Amino acid sequence: MTSIISDINKIFDHRIRLGIMSVLMVNDSVDFNRLKELLEVTDGNLASHIKALEQSEYIIIKKQFIGKKPNTTYEASPLGKQTFAKHLAALEQLIKTSK
Amino acid sequence: MDSEKYLAQLHEIQNMMQKSSKFLSLSGLSGILAGIYALIGSGIVFFMEKDFAYPIRFDSREFLLVTIIAALILLFSFVTGVFFSMRKARKKHELIWNKISRLFLMSFLVPLITGGLFAIILVSKREFALVSPVTLLFYGIGLVNASRYSFETLRNLGFVFILLGLLNTLFVQYGLYFWMFGFGVCHIIYGAFMYLKYDYKKP
Repeated sequence: MTSIISDINKIFDHRIRLGIMSVLMVNDSVDFNRLKELLEVTDGNLASHIKALEQSEYIIIKKQFIGKKPNTTYEASPLGKQTFAKHLAALEQLIKTSK
Repeated sequence: MDSEKYLAQLHEIQNMMQKSSKFLSLSGLSGILAGIYALIGSGIVFFMEKDFAYPIRFDSREFLLVTIIAALILLFSFVTGVFFSMRKARKKHELIWNKISRLFLMSFLVPLITGGLFAIILVSKREFALVSPVTLLFYGIGLVNASRYSFETLRNLGFVFILLGLLNTLFVQYGLYFWMFGFGVCHIIYGAFMYLKYDYKKP
């Protein structure tokens, strides 16, 4: 049981951070506006949660130019994908055992 | 209770994964209406066909009529599909035009336009008998292809169309019947099924 608990990640214990990671697990790369649309949050709120995930090195930020416009996209890092998959498995396990 | 919190998290993950990778604003109503348009159009052709003068000439009244009916069915179905998708997206506070709906439309339209051009070339070569199976087949391939970006059950409808297209190729003389059954009856059944499953709110 203790090993399951240790896979539950505190960083994902928030609706927006959990949402960002869920989106990045099934999409190769997503830009800021698409994340905002999907999660229905304000710019500042989203930016702060992206920052938290970036500092944990769970997501990779890619900056490029489309024509003259700067375009920032986000991807899940291999570490982020691995950690999230563990978190997901632990969630399922905990629900199973509690039933 | 912790397990409730975990369950809520799981639901949120599932919801976000689906919402971000699938175009789910397609409405069952579009399917039902597209089926009705197809039945009305092909019904008109069905009842007028016995008066047609064969062989069909390209400058004849019959040829013009069938072409106009086919174009109208396509136009009405497309407009209806867009209208109900926009309505459904608005209800869910989502934008209709995003990366996923673009991918959905592209994966659907590439086989569809290929099939459409193929059918036009067949008509120009007077191979009328193959037009029905070709439209059924390419439409089915388009659905199977696009189902990756939408409801998974859309794939099953695609397989039904492919099967009908192949059977129609074996029995080319029954083109209109296969076409009516596929674009008319199957659309209505599938549309009603989707409407009841996803759109209809029980009072």
